[in-house]
Amino acid sequence: MSTAARSPANMGDTLQHEIARFDVERIRADFPILQEKIRGRQLVYLDNAATSQKPKPVIDAIVRYYEHDNANIHRGVHYLSERATEEYEMARKVVQSFLGAAHSNEIIFLRSTTEAINLVAQTYGRTHVGPGDEVLITGMEHHSNIVPWQLLCEEKQAKLRVAPINDDGELILDEFEGLLGPRTRIVAVGHVSNALGTVNPVATIAEMAHAKNVPVLVDGAQAAPRLPVNVQELDCDFYAFSGHKTYGPTGIGVLYGKASFLEAMPPYQGGGDMISSVTFEKTSYNKVPHKFEAGTPDMSGAVGLRAAIQYLNQIGMDNIASHEHELLTCATETVSNLSGVRLIGTAREKTGVLSFAVEGVHPHDIGTILDQEGIAIRTGHHCAQPLMERFGVDATARASFGLYNTEDEIDALVRGIQKVREVFG
Amino acid sequence: MADLRDLYQEIILEHSKAPRNYRELKSADRKAEGFNPLCGDRLTVYLRMEGDLIRDIGFQGSGCAISKASASMMTQSVKGKTTDQARALFEGFRQTVMGQPTGNGDHFDLGKLTMFSGVSEFPTRVKCATLAWHTLKAALEGKQESVSTEY
Repeated sequence: MSTAARSPANMGDTLQHEIARFDVERIRADFPILQEKIRGRQLVYLDNAATSQKPKPVIDAIVRYYEHDNANIHRGVHYLSERATEEYEMARKVVQSFLGAAHSNEIIFLRSTTEAINLVAQTYGRTHVGPGDEVLITGMEHHSNIVPWQLLCEEKQAKLRVAPINDDGELILDEFEGLLGPRTRIVAVGHVSNALGTVNPVATIAEMAHAKNVPVLVDGAQAAPRLPVNVQELDCDFYAFSGHKTYGPTGIGVLYGKASFLEAMPPYQGGGDMISSVTFEKTSYNKVPHKFEAGTPDMSGAVGLRAAIQYLNQIGMDNIASHEHELLTCATETVSNLSGVRLIGTAREKTGVLSFAVEGVHPHDIGTILDQEGIAIRTGHHCAQPLMERFGVDATARASFGLYNTEDEIDALVRGIQKVREVFG
Repeated sequence: MADLRDLYQEIILEHSKAPRNYRELKSADRKAEGFNPLCGDRLTVYLRMEGDLIRDIGFQGSGCAISKASASMMTQSVKGKTTDQARALFEGFRQTVMGQPTGNGDHFDLGKLTMFSGVSEFPTRVKCATLAWHTLKAALEGKQESVSTEY
């Protein structure tokens, strides 16, 4: 796995040194929603893999954008348009540095990780995958890294290949490598599994794939908020993540792509901003990244995401990763010691997610009982039905951690699970 | 404030642990599948009809305590009833779990099914309680496709 340090160009490194230790109480004070009472109880928010809460600087940045800077970008000659364009393009540079990308034009703003994967499937995929070709994914993918490839394979009469995982929820690398064949046209793999927390060895995967000349897309939706990410060190060809899981706003997502790929790919959607000239006979397209950003983009979303990344940089992704690692270690130990509780996903390299089953109790009932205690977890198939099938369950209960969670909250979770056992006797 | 005991009544827990009529009816002349894609619950309802009468009923599937208990108690309450009576029970049950005042007495006495009134305090669980009933309705109407709680 990659726990590569962020590039020196990253913002916040100096600030990071000023924060002597990880002060979770100070961090919690930045998140207004954590003050909410749920049925008279203090909210315990353990559903961060679904979406994260937003710190005040993110909320403020969006308000400030609309109150002071809003205008359409890349168009007007007027002052506000210039200022909005600057804000938006500054956000791109901040994302570039967050991902350790070589150039800011390798950063495309989209709606979400889902849209980013669909973009690659519909542009790179449609031009490179033909009848009899293969797309290789893993057995732990989220539906958003399965279905776009299925749609492509269906259209092109190609085959979707799935690399299996072991009982701990780890990718079986030998089998993965064995499935990389002469017809493999692209590999798509999650960096961190949303349902299991497994961290995939993305750098190794990329090395194996590149040895066969196959490009690699990484679904980073769960990794971007939890681990330091450096796309050049991972050497992946595409990397996607979502703003809303990274303490930023909903409606904004990012696709990183190596410039050589992006420049060769056809556009995804047509519209304003993605063109350089239009006649009814012939349209020529704008340069990357604008070629892939048709129409007015989510400017306030980009500004909010920028604020989120700057906030994370101040704390330091290394510090966040080790805080969540401590929480996971503590939760794994206490929860697995409860009688009748089984952990699903016990990979050696794991982060942020604790999926579990309570003997004789359906996850939906666990969710309702914990909710009565003010504890928010996710129950269900986590948009990973094939994975649930692999573990022989319909659903799991999933607690997922964020940078503001505490060991007290894990105690609350444990008390909640004990209550589940009481109710179901 | 909603109380967990209103939802997980003793009788509901008991039915969820030992569901009645939990079997495939070999002699079934109608069956339907129900699916709640939100939580993955799925069940099959089997019917043996005699004219308009539900002579026998069984179900199988996997789901939460509420969906299992609801299916179990549903099979008990509709066995021996006519199609119209079963429909009236569903309507009464639906109103109960939605927390709506029951209508003008044109549906059946709900009996033990009133135990599910606590569900109305837990809106996210209404679909768990009604899944079996939607599936029964589909079976009665002879629908071949599986029914979903999401439309």
